Amino acid sequence: MAWFKKSKAPIAPAEGKKVHVPEGLWTKCKNCQEIIYTKEIERNLNVCPKCDYHFRISARERIALVLDDGSFVETDPDMTSVDFLKFKDSKKYNDRIKASLKKAGGGDAVVTGSGTIEGLPAVLAVFDFSFMGGSMGSVVGEKITRAIELGLEMKAPVLVFSSSGGARMQESILSLMQMAKSSAALAKLKKAGLPFISVLTDPTTGGVTASFAMLGDLNIAEPRALIGFAGPRVIEQTIRQQLPDGFQRSEYLLEHGMVDMIVPRQELKARLSQILRIFQQKPAPGEPLPVPPVVEEAAPETAPAADTE
Amino acid sequence: MQFFLDFEKPLIELQQKIKELREYSSGTVDFSSEIKKLEKKASKLRDEIFSNLNRWQRTQLARHQNRPYTLDYIEHVFTDWFEVHGDRNYRDDPALVCGFARLNGEPCAIIGHQKGRDTKEKVYRNFGMPHPEGYRKALRVMQMAEQFNLPIFTFVDTPGAFPGIGAEERGQAEAIARNLREMAALTVPVIVTVTGEGGSGGALAIAVGNKVMMMQYSVYAVISPEGCAAILWNDGTLGPQAAEALKLTSSDINELDCVIDDVVPEPEGGAHNNPAEAAAQLKEYLVKHLAELQQLSPDGLVEQRYQKFRAMTRVNE
Ligand SMILES: [Zn+2]
Repeated sequence: MAWFKKSKAPIAPAEGKKVHVPEGLWTKCKNCQEIIYTKEIERNLNVCPKCDYHFRISARERIALVLDDGSFVETDPDMTSVDFLKFKDSKKYNDRIKASLKKAGGGDAVVTGSGTIEGLPAVLAVFDFSFMGGSMGSVVGEKITRAIELGLEMKAPVLVFSSSGGARMQESILSLMQMAKSSAALAKLKKAGLPFISVLTDPTTGGVTASFAMLGDLNIAEPRALIGFAGPRVIEQTIRQQLPDGFQRSEYLLEHGMVDMIVPRQELKARLSQILRIFQQKPAPGEPLPVPPVVEEAAPETAPAADTE
Repeated sequence: MQFFLDFEKPLIELQQKIKELREYSSGTVDFSSEIKKLEKKASKLRDEIFSNLNRWQRTQLARHQNRPYTLDYIEHVFTDWFEVHGDRNYRDDPALVCGFARLNGEPCAIIGHQKGRDTKEKVYRNFGMPHPEGYRKALRVMQMAEQFNLPIFTFVDTPGAFPGIGAEERGQAEAIARNLREMAALTVPVIVTVTGEGGSGGALAIAVGNKVMMMQYSVYAVISPEGCAAILWNDGTLGPQAAEALKLTSSDINELDCVIDDVVPEPEGGAHNNPAEAAAQLKEYLVKHLAELQQLSPDGLVEQRYQKFRAMTRVNE
């Protein structure tokens, strides 16, 4: 449930961001340790060209990756967190909010809005792990709930791209309640027959996994992302035994039936477009929708009695 | 079983003394005036102790091993109880009990975390920490209740969902998440009582109710104080500090004015001092809330529950 976790796993360490060697010209890949020209990584959608390691990306980068250029209309950009419990650990929550706002230039751990994916309207909620570990407090829960409600209103599919350590402890009980609130909104979306696609990126744990992130009609993971309920450290301490290789990685979840597919970042947009077109009975790009066969005779109002003789 | 918390000790000693005097006074000597005096003193002491409990002490009370658990409340509050088992997929989870019973004659479904009192039972009940199959059993029973149009009572008392390899492999997160979504859609009344520890997602997975109550000395938070301390200060022994920061008591949460509907008062010295009285008190609240919810249509229940959780928001905009 924490928004901050340390991972001991060798692949995709907690500090999965680019390590900037002087001037940022070169980046050392945390996975394969290769020193690579930063521009080359960026050109490759922030995926290591040597080992395919997926670097964490910001919400804005993700939106640019998935949506058609210029189609994004942001919702609730100015909603910010409140320290209503006067929570204090080593720092006041209020000061943490201020510092994070300053660093990010506003907002919170999720960016929401609508746009088009290869021309198809969709509503998006995209996490930003760099904002307090992508933790979910009232703002995140509220923005995601509103995004789902916007999907209902627009009759559009909803996509959530998660990257979060879980609930935001500093909002205690109310951060927990965001799990129920957002999942309740998904019940409405499901009833309305609209698609909900959950894309799980590194890392997605705690209360985010235990609510909307696992509730996708399809759950899609990026390669080698850490995905789980409890953090690896908590599990190790509880059961006092070493965790199996690749535990809580995308590939492990696929094997155990928790995600539908693993999609590399380079293929994500095309795959999402393909899925949404099928789910919404839209033609494939550049193709007309097949004409349904003409029914010659009107169907009888009631089924004829079975004639078994 | 003699078990008490540090801050209960002076009170327990006094009660012991009263008990001894009673035993002696059965003969020729009469200690009745001393007993009366000591009883008055005990009552005053109890007031003093219990009106000044800090949040950590209240957390300890919520976890008191003599505190009534779900099966105790079932025994005192309901009749005609029978338990059902299993998620029809993997196994039965003894950390979560499910079944059917009657409240004042009216049929209903019951779901609750169950802790154990002695070591053997604690292990059997996994300290009240369910696996995914526990949550799946609970959902099966809740949807059955919907099928038969029965109200659902849930009782929350868990440190959290179990963090282990098997739990992860079988989809702990998915099981909790699915319950949150499906509970939101139930067309029958759902009344939730946090009786002891309301620990994070593992508690919430049976707590999406039309009405949510907390027993006076229960706690409810997004993470345990120890877990919170381990993350914030890298030191799990700083639970007392974390408990203060988390504001996890029934009075703290009642002040937020959007999460719970009622705080159910407990007998003097806490529910474990008089489980029957605690249960009788709780029963009144359950009956009252059920009567209110029975005024709503199935769709009305879904909408009331949605709006209740929808309002749990504190933001700047
Ligand atoms: Zn690499």
